[in-house]
Amino acid sequence: MHACRRKALPALLLGLLLGAGSAVVQAADYVPVPAGSLRSVLVSDADPGPVAVASYAMRATPVTRAEYAAFLAAQPQWQRETAPLVFASPGYLAHWGAAADAGASASLTAPVTEVSWFAAKAFCASEGGRLPSWVEWEYAAAADATRADARDDPAWLARILGWYGRPADGPLPAVGGAANFYGVHDLHGVVWEWVDDFNALLVDADSRAGDDPDRLKFCGAGAISFKDRANYAVLMRIALLSSLKAADSTSSLGFRCVRAEGATP
Amino acid sequence: MGYVRNALATWVLSFAAALVAVPALGAEAGSGLKWAGDFGPPQGAPIHAVLTSPPEVPPATNRFYPAKVIVDLEVIEKQMQISEGVSYTFWTFGGTVPGSFIRVRQGDTVEFHLKNNPANKMPHNIDLHGVTGPGGGAASSFTAPGHESQFTFKALNEGIYVYHCATAPVGMHVANGMYGLILVEPPQGLPKVDHEYYVMQGDFYTSGKYREKGAQAFDMEKAIDERPTYVLFNGAEGSLTGDRAITARTNETVRLFIGNGGPNLVSSFHVIGAIFDRVRNEGGSEIQTNVQTTLIPAGGAASVEFRTKVPGSYVMVDHSIFRAFNKGALAILKVAGEEDKSIYSGKELDSVYLGDRSQPNMNAVSKATAAAAGGRLTLKDQVDAGRDLFAGTCSVCHQGNGEGLSGVFPPLAKSDYLAAQPRRAIDIALHGLNGKVTVNGTEYNSVMPPMNQLNDDEIANILTYVLNSWGNPGGSILTEDVRKVRAGGTTAGGSEH
Repeated sequence: MHACRRKALPALLLGLLLGAGSAVVQAADYVPVPAGSLRSVLVSDADPGPVAVASYAMRATPVTRAEYAAFLAAQPQWQRETAPLVFASPGYLAHWGAAADAGASASLTAPVTEVSWFAAKAFCASEGGRLPSWVEWEYAAAADATRADARDDPAWLARILGWYGRPADGPLPAVGGAANFYGVHDLHGVVWEWVDDFNALLVDADSRAGDDPDRLKFCGAGAISFKDRANYAVLMRIALLSSLKAADSTSSLGFRCVRAEGATP
Repeated sequence: MGYVRNALATWVLSFAAALVAVPALGAEAGSGLKWAGDFGPPQGAPIHAVLTSPPEVPPATNRFYPAKVIVDLEVIEKQMQISEGVSYTFWTFGGTVPGSFIRVRQGDTVEFHLKNNPANKMPHNIDLHGVTGPGGGAASSFTAPGHESQFTFKALNEGIYVYHCATAPVGMHVANGMYGLILVEPPQGLPKVDHEYYVMQGDFYTSGKYREKGAQAFDMEKAIDERPTYVLFNGAEGSLTGDRAITARTNETVRLFIGNGGPNLVSSFHVIGAIFDRVRNEGGSEIQTNVQTTLIPAGGAASVEFRTKVPGSYVMVDHSIFRAFNKGALAILKVAGEEDKSIYSGKELDSVYLGDRSQPNMNAVSKATAAAAGGRLTLKDQVDAGRDLFAGTCSVCHQGNGEGLSGVFPPLAKSDYLAAQPRRAIDIALHGLNGKVTVNGTEYNSVMPPMNQLNDDEIANILTYVLNSWGNPGGSILTEDVRKVRAGGTTAGGSEH
C-alpha cells in the first residue's frame, strides 16, 4: 500500500513539500526556559541535592517530518541512501519513501521518528542548536500547564502513563499539543526524545570492562530506587534511551533541540 | 556522570543478586529426577524449537542427546481483550499472555534470539529462571524496539521454569503480561500422558473497575498496593472457558503445567472435583501425591497430573476464592466420556429440607419438654409442640393442612384410617408403612420411611397434634405409650396393611 501511494505522488508534490519544509525550519520556534534547580530522578552520589540548571531556549515542538525533509534536501548526506551505517543503522527512516520523501501530507506535521542520535545532532546543528542534556529535558518536562514542577500531581503522572499504555501501532499525531508552563509542547504523550548525553545514562566513567557490568546494573532495575512513585514513569525514558546505540532509531523516538537563550541560527 | 552511576547501581544490586540461578545439583540429588545436566557439547544439526501459544504445549523432544536448540521469540506490544468489551495494552512474548511455551531437553545448548518488534515503544529483555548465570539472561538480552539480541545458555537443571521481562520497571512489564514457561525435560523425558496443557495465572491492574468497558490503562498505584482488578488464567477472562475450555476424555491422564507470573499474588491452584495424583511442588523434583490444592508462588510453576475418571466440567480456580468469582480466575477442563456411577453417582435425591431443627420452631417443643419433666404437661402444650414438629417433618408429604396428595400421600385430615385405630399411628411413625392402604376410600401404595430419628416425646406430641386437628377424633398420645411401642410391644393391636 505504502509503495503504491508513494509512486502515485507526483514529483511536484515533493517539491512543494520541501519548499514548505524549508519555511518551517526557518520559523522554528524556541522558547526561553529560565535557570533553576531540579530534583532529578537520577541522584548524584557526590551531591544528592537538586541539580542546578542554567537557562536555555528549547524548541517549542519536536522536529516534524516536514522539517526533517527540508533538512535532508539541504544536507543530502543524511538521506537514507547516503548516510553511513555507522551514523544511521538500517532502521533509519525505514518507512520513508526514496530520498527525502516524507510520505503523505497528512503526516508531515507529525514528529519525525526513525532518526539516529547522530542525525538528530546534525539536524540541531543545522539550526544553530544542539540536543538537550537529560537534565535539561527532564527540567522542562517536569512542568504542566501552570507549574514549573508538577511532578507531585497525580494528573501529571497519569498523563505520562496514559501514553505508555497506548500501543504504538497507529500513526503519530501532529505536533502542537497543549503548551506547558514554559510554552513547550509535546514533551509527553507523543514520542520518546533523544538527549545529548543518552549514552552517559549508563556508562560508568570508571568502568574498564566495557559496557556489560553497567548494562546488568540497569537491567532488572525496576522498582527499587523509586524515591517517589512518579519516578518510574520518567525512568522508563531512560530505559528506552539506554537500550540504544547512537546509530539506532525506533519508530517512536524523535527529538527536539535547544540552544543558548537569545541565540539565532 | 557519577550521579547516574550510583543511582543505577542502587536499583539493581539486590535484584540482580536474586536472579542468579541455583547451580546444578549432583546426580544423586532429590528423587533421582534431577541430574547434573552437562552432557557435553551439542550434537547433531541445530534444532529450531517449536513454540506454542497457550494452552498448547510443544511435543516432547524425544531426543536422547544434547543438541543446539535455537529459540526465536518476538516481543509484541498489542491491545487485546482482557474481558468482554474491555481492552488492555499487553506486552507479550510471542503475541500471547502468557508467552510462547518453550520446550528443551536437559543438557541442551539454547541459542536464544529475542526480537523486539519495530512497532513497539518499549525496550525489553528476558530473564529465564531455567538459566544458570547472572540475571538469567536479562543483561544479555536488553533489546531496543526494532532490534534483536542473542545469547546462549546450557540448560543444566531440568524442571518447569518461569521466564519474564526484567526491564525497568520490572513490575509494570510483568503486570502487562510479560511472562511464560520454559520446560527443561529430564534426559529420559517425562512419563507419557494423554494431554499436556499450559495454564498461567497473572494479576492485572487497570485504571477502571472490574469489567468496566472500554480501553483500560495500567494503574501503577493499584499495582504497588497489590489490589488487582483482575486475576486471570491465560491473560483474559474466558480464555479457557466455553468453547475455549481445555478437553480430555474419561480414563485419560492429564498433565497441567501451571505457572504464576504474578507480579504480586501467590496462587492456591485447585481443580474443583479433581485430586492431583502427582504434583511437582514448585516445579522441583519432589513429587507430592494426592494433593487437593497446590501453592504456586509468583515467579514459580508446578506440574500437576491426574487421571480423569468421571465426565463433566472441572473448574480450575485460584482457591483464594474471591479471585475466582470476582476477579476472573476461572478456567474449565471439560471431560467427555461414559459415566462411572460407582465412583460418582450424580444426584440421587432431591428432597425438600425445611430446617426443622432451626431455633424458632423449637420454642413450643422446649416448653412441652420442660412441662413434661415437671409433670405439668397439658394437651395444649402437646398440640403446640406437635404443630411445630409436624411442620418440619410430616408436612413434606402429608402437607401442612394434613390433606396429603391424592393417590400418593394419604390424608391425615378426617382420616377414617386414623380414626379406626388412633394408636396404630405410633407404630407407623416408628416403623414406617409399606404397601397398600385404603384411606377415605382411596387406595395408596407407597412407602413411608420409619421416623425413628424422632424421640418418644416428639412422636407423642406430633400424634397428639394430628389427633386434635382437621376433624380428627382428638385424644392424647403420651411419651410412655411411644416408649412401649418402641420397646417392642404394640398398643395398636397390629396393622392391617
